[in-house]
Amino acid sequence: MPLEAHIKEHPAWFKRFGALWTPTILVMDSEGVERSRIEGYLPKNWFRARLEMGLARVAFMHKKWTDAEKIYADVAEGYADTAVAPEAIYWRGVSHYKVTNDHTVLGEVAIELGAKYPDNDWTMKSLPWAH
Amino acid sequence: MLVNWIKDVDAALAEAKTQNKSLLIDFSAAPA
Repeated sequence: MPLEAHIKEHPAWFKRFGALWTPTILVMDSEGVERSRIEGYLPKNWFRARLEMGLARVAFMHKKWTDAEKIYADVAEGYADTAVAPEAIYWRGVSHYKVTNDHTVLGEVAIELGAKYPDNDWTMKSLPWAH
Repeated sequence: MLVNWIKDVDAALAEAKTQNKSLLIDFSAAPA
């Protein structure tokens, strides 16, 4: 569900949700809890990937691990050329682990990230899983 | 693609809860 808030029409909403810059995009869950925030312009495909990551985060935080894993997998595959992809791979692995309790998947994720995105922050975060 | 933007935040939050759907809020300063 999309809601538009223009600064000239609804400045109070900016204050209410802590939007200090435009554009700011929030992805909220059905309970009105913010799950993702995008600040500043992004290329179209990167922006779409970020929106999908927001929906994945909603699923993840509601412990819908299988749903989250699928969305993360779709982002990792469909937006492999964006900076969002390594984060999606990381969380895809975590979501899978949450479903299966199989820690070996985390090691596989670390290897995949190291091979595909060797200098990325998410690769660094996965390093403890590589052993 | 035409987006059917909602214009009231409290109505949108209530609708999201009723329909169990996520809500996207676009904070903008762009000219209409």
